[in-house]
Amino acid sequence: MRTDAMLTAYKTIVVREIRRFTRIWPQTLLPPAVTMTLYFIIFGNLIGSRIGAMGGFDYMSFIVPGLIMMSVITSSYANVVSSFFSMKFQRSIEELLVSPVPNWIILAGYVTGGMSRGLGIGLIVTLLSLGFTQLSIHHLPMVILTVFLTSALFSLGGFINAMLATKFDDISIVPTFVLTPLTYLGGVFYSIDMLPGFWQGVSMINPILYMVNAFRYGILGVSDVNPYVALGMILMFIAILSAISLRMLARGKGIRH
Amino acid sequence: MTNALEIEGLVKTYGDGFQALKGIDLHVAEGDFFALLGPNGAGKSTTLGVVCSLVNKSAGKVRVFGSDIDTHLSDAKLNLGVVPQEFNFNQFEKVFDIVTTQAGYYGIPLKKASQSAEKYLRQLGLWDKRDTPARMLSGGMKRRLMIARALVHEPKLLILDEPTAGVDIELRRSMWTFLEQMNRQGTTIILTTHYLEEAEALCRNIAIIDHGRILKNTSKRALLQQLNLETFVLDTEEPLSEAPLLEGFATSLDDEGALVVDVEKGQSLNGVFIQLEAHNIRVVSMRTKANRLEELFIRMVEDNNTGAAREGDAA
Repeated sequence: MRTDAMLTAYKTIVVREIRRFTRIWPQTLLPPAVTMTLYFIIFGNLIGSRIGAMGGFDYMSFIVPGLIMMSVITSSYANVVSSFFSMKFQRSIEELLVSPVPNWIILAGYVTGGMSRGLGIGLIVTLLSLGFTQLSIHHLPMVILTVFLTSALFSLGGFINAMLATKFDDISIVPTFVLTPLTYLGGVFYSIDMLPGFWQGVSMINPILYMVNAFRYGILGVSDVNPYVALGMILMFIAILSAISLRMLARGKGIRH
Repeated sequence: MTNALEIEGLVKTYGDGFQALKGIDLHVAEGDFFALLGPNGAGKSTTLGVVCSLVNKSAGKVRVFGSDIDTHLSDAKLNLGVVPQEFNFNQFEKVFDIVTTQAGYYGIPLKKASQSAEKYLRQLGLWDKRDTPARMLSGGMKRRLMIARALVHEPKLLILDEPTAGVDIELRRSMWTFLEQMNRQGTTIILTTHYLEEAEALCRNIAIIDHGRILKNTSKRALLQQLNLETFVLDTEEPLSEAPLLEGFATSLDDEGALVVDVEKGQSLNGVFIQLEAHNIRVVSMRTKANRLEELFIRMVEDNNTGAAREGDAA
């Protein structure tokens, strides 16, 4: 396939993905906006005012970066896992399989689609947060790099989940039993300095902790971990998950007989 | 002349050990209208699935217009259009979007894709439905949508797996006309079908597959010449309660009570009428049973099954 043809195929997949999640915006764009607004009101305003400062900032300012990152992670993951699995379920994935689109373009297209939704939600949540607190950016490149790479990473995670899933239950197991606990325990609502030594150690093996803290560093300038180590970890995970995804596509895992 | 499709020694063994294809050899010439016939589970869809990259082969070679799918898969796919047996589009997307998106997967820019989509949606009578979500279409319209989608990148080889399944007679005839027109314009067509009159009406060459093996691969004319039996349907003045015994001819009544008579090569139809006259049976009209290919097909598959059973006994 020629380069310009590959670019057209890539754009086609991305446009189709964006068209899908904007068509069903009450399911994809509205819920995180409502949920995050409730977080801001309940945890930030009502409970936060009694908690006081955390990491040198008022509680609302402290949780905003974590909540933005949480919405980016869940939306990026959810977009790819539900879209790709639906294509498998309806067999419309065959439209792609019979076409000459290379596997890496298919993967790039879906990841970009997931990132579009994840980053779109991140922007919506950021704008909503401005109604509750003032955001100042401490390190803009770190903010941009962290949010883009994290969105890409969880889009890849959603892709692998969709490839392995054989029924709809399979696409909700990871978000419910893995992603949500890791996100809640990933320092969104607290600094791990508050935890006893043992649980601080346990928290350090949670990859989401690094992403939340790297992003928080970019916005507030405070972090429980070295943000550059966090970036390195995200890049390493992206490389690993990309290799796994491409291998699965090449073997036709779950999509070819 | 270049072959549109060359299959050599194609084997497919599924994970559970079931061997769906046991060494298929098949050549389809460019410009041909070719039918792959066989009973359910014979291996038709698996064969086409391998050609279209929906099924991983276990062994063998497949070339589409000379491009080996092992080494030049992208080139092979560019020449292929596929209409599968099951509806496999996103039911929530609009008709026009489904077709243009497929063109995009082949690297066709949106402007050109839109022109091509309009051309085929108009030809297949779907242009008025272009903004309708696919789930709102009737079964026949969904089949035509899959044909438009398969043609949008102007493939040289069109593969149709049961294209007219569940389609009413009028629509089936209009689809036949469309496919014949595509074939006349140079598109090579391979179809599988359960409607043998479809293969008889459309195709020039036919392969019969059963139990993962090609039983016959020849021209339709050569195949039909093997048929040394012709069946006639006779409408009688008075309804018959049972088929009369006619010496030298096999007789039966069809579902509508018409008399069905098998006449072998060399036999005279006069013999039938003389004997019917003796039974005081008056014939008011007569026609040949249209589907000659069906007779051959059933006989070949039955012979193959008998052979397979014998092999099983011997084992």
